[in-house]
Amino acid sequence: MSVPVVEFRNVNKTFGAHQAARNISFSIDNGEFFSILGPSGCGKTTTLRLLAGFEEPDADGGEVRINGEVVNQRRPYERKLAMVFQNYALFPHLSVAKNVAFGLERQKVPPAEIRERVKAALDMVQLDPTTFGSRAPAALSGGQRQRVALARALVLRPTLLLLDEPLGALDLKLRKEMQFELKSLNRRLGITFVYVTHDQEEALTMSDRIAVMDNARVAQLGTPPEIYEQPRTAFVARFIGESNFLDGATAGLGTGGVTYALRPERLDLAAPETPAPGKTQLPATVKAVVYRGEMLHVRVVLDDGTELVAASRNEGQLRSPVPWKEGARCLAAFSTADLRRLEAEPA
Amino acid sequence: MNLRLAWLRWSGRRPAVRAWALMSPGAAWLLLFFLLPLLFMFGSSLMPARLYGGVDLGFTVEHYKQFFEPVYLWILWRTVLYSLACTALCLLMGFPVAYVITRAGSWKNLLVFLVVLPFWTSFIVRTFAIMFLMRDTGVINTVLLATGLIDEPLALMPSGLAVMVGLVSGFLPFMVLPIYSSLEKLDPSLLEAAEVLGARPVARFTKIILPLSMPGIVAGSLLVFIPALGSYVTADLLGGGKSDMMGNLVQRQFTTAGNWPFGSASSFVMMAMVLCAVFVYLQQRDRAQAMGA
Repeated sequence: MSVPVVEFRNVNKTFGAHQAARNISFSIDNGEFFSILGPSGCGKTTTLRLLAGFEEPDADGGEVRINGEVVNQRRPYERKLAMVFQNYALFPHLSVAKNVAFGLERQKVPPAEIRERVKAALDMVQLDPTTFGSRAPAALSGGQRQRVALARALVLRPTLLLLDEPLGALDLKLRKEMQFELKSLNRRLGITFVYVTHDQEEALTMSDRIAVMDNARVAQLGTPPEIYEQPRTAFVARFIGESNFLDGATAGLGTGGVTYALRPERLDLAAPETPAPGKTQLPATVKAVVYRGEMLHVRVVLDDGTELVAASRNEGQLRSPVPWKEGARCLAAFSTADLRRLEAEPA
Repeated sequence: MNLRLAWLRWSGRRPAVRAWALMSPGAAWLLLFFLLPLLFMFGSSLMPARLYGGVDLGFTVEHYKQFFEPVYLWILWRTVLYSLACTALCLLMGFPVAYVITRAGSWKNLLVFLVVLPFWTSFIVRTFAIMFLMRDTGVINTVLLATGLIDEPLALMPSGLAVMVGLVSGFLPFMVLPIYSSLEKLDPSLLEAAEVLGARPVARFTKIILPLSMPGIVAGSLLVFIPALGSYVTADLLGGGKSDMMGNLVQRQFTTAGNWPFGSASSFVMMAMVLCAVFVYLQQRDRAQAMGA
């Protein structure tokens, strides 16, 4: 087994009385697209800054390793990694070409080679070097700045690229486009990506593996299907996608006090007179039908007061509308195999 | 019809008229008390001097010629030299102060307040305070004599050194404040980006901090250099006639020497120099703006 590119071993970081990272452990393999996902303040940015070298773990606060070497004390410029910042952090007094050349100039690369590599890097992010090279960052659109920031990082041919919410400031269409491009750069160049985001859809779409963070801890580590289909805690179930929560007693499993997660698309509704065979059926009342375009969400209330959402593909409400009206009686039907038993969350 | 309404309606369609109406009190004031006297002075700099003050009718450029005599050029040279040295010292001492203030967190406001604090006292009072410190019977000499480190008072003032001390302490805040406001605008993530790209501390300073704080450095340098060129009180009180600057020369021409035209001509030579300095500043600023900084 090869040495992981990045390894966190029980890393802790405290700012005054505030613990920003608690016992963080994970390892990232070469070429992996690894996302750190969580709400703001969960410690994901601190984790990335620990990896970049802007922060140092507490004394006895574990080890940060890059390519097997402990780098706790190393400054960012000694770590041989590249980073794309949330607000791009382009140097406003330098042209696009000078921004991209900055890292190469620090390495004392010969000017002719710098010119070549800057040109190649701008080409790689699909910015025409002759058009954009001499422009000031202030004269670029958000998407173009993003590309320059990416070129500035890639031109150094890093083996490890850190990205701190790089698409946060872009509009939806551009964001989708860049998601696709980033993923294909990751595949094509074989660079390991560590990607911080609060956008669960983005993380699911792009990542090989995701570390979901909550309250300065890693709440769950896994591939997108593992995270989505087998959430470990209620937090993960709620933060990634939508989820219903059922008590063991309500679900008819006889395990009162234990909470189960059930994805809305795994819950079916049936008319009381036509129960679905082989499934658990719970009588319920329709509360609302929410039209979402490609999906239809029906909110129901079980007789014990538990609220559930059932999602189904929209088959065309103009042609064949669903029979569920507010106040109608129905059966909430699910297979127990789709229930996911949740662990209690650490305090 | 209501006159006020008619005016509002008429001027409302003519923004330029409104702008002039708003500016006119200030403009009239400057015209009357700045531009007019300036023109008188320029006129008198080209007229023959009357004995014991005032001017006679006529035209002459002799006063401008007179200015290029070595004794006056020497004063001009000293003025420029002192002002440059003062600017350089203020920059060297002011930049680190401004840098520390931007990183002082919750102490920031207090520190800025302390920088501005000297302005609560008049410049002359502060200059006198330096006299009390540096004269033969001043604090420094008294302490040194009492501790037995020296047998007789050091001749600290009047001297060029004392003038320099006065200038620097008077103008230092003018350097700190503009640099502080430039550095304050500098996004810390730029320094982090530079660090990840391999820039060590020296490169971060020369490649990022220095160029991005250049507008503040230039503004601060002008705010120190220009008043230093025109300073008069400092050299008068702390230089004691041995370290005269242009301000002292001009003042003496209008009072004891009674040569108004020569005083006027000297003033205009100095003004020309100030304009040059401002021109350099504007050029630099335009270049910075063109870069989008």
